Amino acid sequence: MVVENNITVKTVWDLLEQVPDPEIPVLSILDLGIVRDIKVDEDLVEIIITPTYSGCPAMDAITMDIRLKLIENGFKNIKITSVLSPAWTTDWMTEEGKIKLNKYGIAPPKMSSDISDTLPICPQCKSAHTKLLSQFGSTACKALYQCNDCKEPFDYFKCH
Amino acid sequence: MNQLINYTLSLGDSNLILTQRNAAWCGHGPILEQDIAITNITLDLIGQSRNFYQYAATLINASSENSVTEDSLAYLRTEREFKNLLLTEQENGDWAQTIVRQFFYSVYQYLLYEKMQQSNNEHLAGIAAKSLKEVTYHVTWSSEWVIRLGDGTEESKDRITKAVKELWPYTGEMFLPAAYEIAMAAEGIAPDVASLKNDWVKKVTSVFEEATITLPENGFTQTGGKNGVHTEKLGYILSDLQYLQRTYPNATW
Repeated sequence: MVVENNITVKTVWDLLEQVPDPEIPVLSILDLGIVRDIKVDEDLVEIIITPTYSGCPAMDAITMDIRLKLIENGFKNIKITSVLSPAWTTDWMTEEGKIKLNKYGIAPPKMSSDISDTLPICPQCKSAHTKLLSQFGSTACKALYQCNDCKEPFDYFKCH
Repeated sequence: MNQLINYTLSLGDSNLILTQRNAAWCGHGPILEQDIAITNITLDLIGQSRNFYQYAATLINASSENSVTEDSLAYLRTEREFKNLLLTEQENGDWAQTIVRQFFYSVYQYLLYEKMQQSNNEHLAGIAAKSLKEVTYHVTWSSEWVIRLGDGTEESKDRITKAVKELWPYTGEMFLPAAYEIAMAAEGIAPDVASLKNDWVKKVTSVFEEATITLPENGFTQTGGKNGVHTEKLGYILSDLQYLQRTYPNATW
């Protein structure tokens, strides 16, 4: 039974890798680090997720997308539990996720342990010569910067 | 249990009412980036208030035969049942007044949540830790605006001075505990709000100094919001906020 459970847990993790973030579809919800745990008990699959921001409107969509993905793959008894504690941090974003973000044109977050005041690197021309336009950007998780060299404005995924 | 419910509702209410106020700026901000900033802050506030209401709903449903949800708490309670701070229901006025209201409230929220993280109630501690990260940005943003307006042009200085004078009488209420806050502080669930006052004044003073704004004298303090006694403004806010559910009960999106 334990072995079977492990197989199911692994299958579920693999399926969740295919669920994209609805606002930044280049990232999977695993890249974002919001799936905290998966528990399997008999035929019940429980997914523990944590919201990125308290008011993130994508959370409802993500919950639905997880459910659909699992139903498509034959799971019937699905429970999605949202926990607030410990609070999500951008430090949980995967390295692969950060590379994907950068290629997508969004500068990835620094680690929260990095207290230097270095500015994000422009994802277009790679210049370090950038400036903050606004702490708040197109979604709750982003700030708006501009590159002083190529002049392109760009999003920075805020360290949180 | 009742006091915990009241306390949790009061936290959700202040956020919800300020959300409703700030949301009126959507599409009307002075420039696009700041329109986006105030609405993003507002999105954080509504998210936090949902977390408080969801928890309050669990408590209410567990302790009585009532069946409530986060939605019914927001849409179907009457004016006297709302426990929000009077500060949060004050009018948007001009940009300066909206900024000052946000600044006063964000600094208070920051200090409150910082201590509430140590609450022995794990739900409230969890919401506080999560919200604190968001509020940190709100404090920075609103402080920068206070400085920009105060140390700006003659016109902006006039406007922000007027806003400070207008809103100052509503700040004292934050630090005068209601019965449920006293009860919760005694149980180690909530921070003692009176103990937040010194740090609040210190932060406000330092930002005002940089903004070249004089801190008003401690004058008359308006109270009542925490106990459901509001200014006439709340009725108008609720009639907008609750219109749809009152007119078409149980309507869904």
